[in-house]
Amino acid sequence: MKFTWFNLMPWPYLPDDFRERHRSVWVDIPNTLYDPVKGHALYHQYMDQLEYAESVGFDGIGVNEHHQNAYGLMPSPNLIAAGLARRTSRAAICVIGNSIALYNPPIRVAEEFAMLDVLSGGRLIAGFPVGTAMDTNFCYGQIPALTRDKYREAHDLIVRAWAAEEPFAFDGKYNQLRWVNCWPKPIQRPHPPIYIPGGGSIETWDFCLDHDYNYSYLSFQGYKAAKALMDGFWERVAARGKDESPYRTAFAQILAVAETDAEAERLYAEHVLYFYNRCLRVYPGFADPPGYRTVATIKRGVVATMRRENLKLFQNVTWRDLIEGGMVIAGGPETVRQRMEELIKSLRVGHVLCLLHNGNQPDEKTRYSTRLFAEKVMPRLRDLWPEWRDDDRWWIHPLEQRVRPEETVGGRR
Amino acid sequence: MTSRSLETRKGTRVRVLEAGPQHGRPVIFLHGLTGLHDDRDRRFLDLLAERYHVLAPELPGYGESTGEELLEDMLDFSLHGWDVLAALGLTRSQPALVGHSLGGMIAAEMACLAPELVGKLVLVSALGLWLDEQPIPDVFSFLPFEFGDYLFHDPERGAAVLTGVDFEETEALQSFLVANARRLGTAGKMLFPIPDRRTSKRLYRLTTDTLVVWGESDRLTPPAYARRWAELLPCATAVHLAGAGHMVPYEQPEALAREVAGFLG
Repeated sequence: MKFTWFNLMPWPYLPDDFRERHRSVWVDIPNTLYDPVKGHALYHQYMDQLEYAESVGFDGIGVNEHHQNAYGLMPSPNLIAAGLARRTSRAAICVIGNSIALYNPPIRVAEEFAMLDVLSGGRLIAGFPVGTAMDTNFCYGQIPALTRDKYREAHDLIVRAWAAEEPFAFDGKYNQLRWVNCWPKPIQRPHPPIYIPGGGSIETWDFCLDHDYNYSYLSFQGYKAAKALMDGFWERVAARGKDESPYRTAFAQILAVAETDAEAERLYAEHVLYFYNRCLRVYPGFADPPGYRTVATIKRGVVATMRRENLKLFQNVTWRDLIEGGMVIAGGPETVRQRMEELIKSLRVGHVLCLLHNGNQPDEKTRYSTRLFAEKVMPRLRDLWPEWRDDDRWWIHPLEQRVRPEETVGGRR
Repeated sequence: MTSRSLETRKGTRVRVLEAGPQHGRPVIFLHGLTGLHDDRDRRFLDLLAERYHVLAPELPGYGESTGEELLEDMLDFSLHGWDVLAALGLTRSQPALVGHSLGGMIAAEMACLAPELVGKLVLVSALGLWLDEQPIPDVFSFLPFEFGDYLFHDPERGAAVLTGVDFEETEALQSFLVANARRLGTAGKMLFPIPDRRTSKRLYRLTTDTLVVWGESDRLTPPAYARRWAELLPCATAVHLAGAGHMVPYEQPEALAREVAGFLG
């Protein structure tokens, strides 16, 4: 098993009456709620936490991209990743990812990811999300019905740019480039491990299986709700005649560890609820513009949020809902271990993206939870897939002789 | 009113409504962003058909018309309009184009491409321009129940024309969402994120006589847009109708038909 410590980097200072006063945490949230002086301290605190996660034994540290929101403060995860590459030496740097349909030309992503791979000594995991509708369509103006087509072209261009050893011309529908010649190129050949964060469409599964990319299911609905979807993925894997390595997949899970279940609730409940009740408050009109999803996906979806009365009566979710529904795994080490084992085996995942900082959780609690997970839970989950122990197809292949932070001038902390 | 289906040379399949005297003057009605509501309200087309040979093609992505995946940008949609006229055998018959909302944008673009082929042009609450001081609400972020509020002078009547269903019923809401995703997904290729594909740069070519008609209480494209069209078009007159929002053909069919007939002669 591989464990990546992930920080969404939420804004922790949303007011108590945020839900009453603002319709959305994303797209049109007033930036008067953001304070750059507090933001300065916060970036350093969040980056310190990611570095701390490496020091206590996590295999990877993870960041991602979102725009115009208080849910995640990384419009450019590559900037954060560059800082992490300098101050860490072992962990995979999991950027999951860059929304490749947004960049014009997408060569920019090929270049920056290559820079990160070189800077980190071959420790980059490269994620290629389509991006949420809020980010991709409403903030960055991509046409919903053409977003996926543009995404696929950007993918083809980036992967080809990484692999090519001669300059080539690219005559695409969205990108025309007479000279494509990626300088620098990544250390990991032909490319760093590629992770595709996705929802439940069969097209995304086939895309991952066609290229042998990792399928990362990112959901805050938890592992119980994810079961049906992941079963669908594994059925597709079988139908395509691919092997069933659990490392084909990753799953993101909100976690909170204390000495006992009662202590976990006492320490973390308010912060996890802050995340669910404020950070996930997205205006439904921004979540799903016409054309963003396929008709088949809409037919499967839930429509209740689209009603007028539900906007007013939106009920706050409770700690008990979250624990019982499996959205959150929290408690003493043994409780968390049991639940995690259930998650890993029932979904058949080889990578877990561990969300151990949640909402407005303070630094000391985050480190406490992180250390307990690393010391008392992680070691007992390591070997759940013994028959796939040597499968490193979806993991980094770093240089043997990497430059270590402590070896560089000024590198001592 | 009869309905038939034709295939364009590009391969789209288009439903066309037809009414009025076969040898009458051809008037092409291009529907707006919410589609051709002929099953609920076709009064405007019936009134026009008393004098003219009315043809109303339905855009691919709307209703029974298909092949929207073949159309990606403004030029594709404008040429599609001409392809439909070619399939109808009307390219050389100086048809009048009456375009409402999104259809007005397409009609204006078609006329800019081939001004000499258009008899007369009527733009009703046409999209296609952008004024920083009058930003058009973001239709792509509307929830289903908001359409009526923005598009109609009388929102309750609007909800009836747009859907004819009660959103309290999950199945009805579901099928609305599916159809809406197809319609506005297609419209988004011309309208997202700002409904302006630089039509204004081409309007100097449009020497066709043009009538601009606007609803006085249009909350989607406020009447300032009527003034802007009239300024930019070389030969235009503007008319404002009371008791109408953005959906003029469905809100004031008699008044609109009267204005159009007066203009076309």
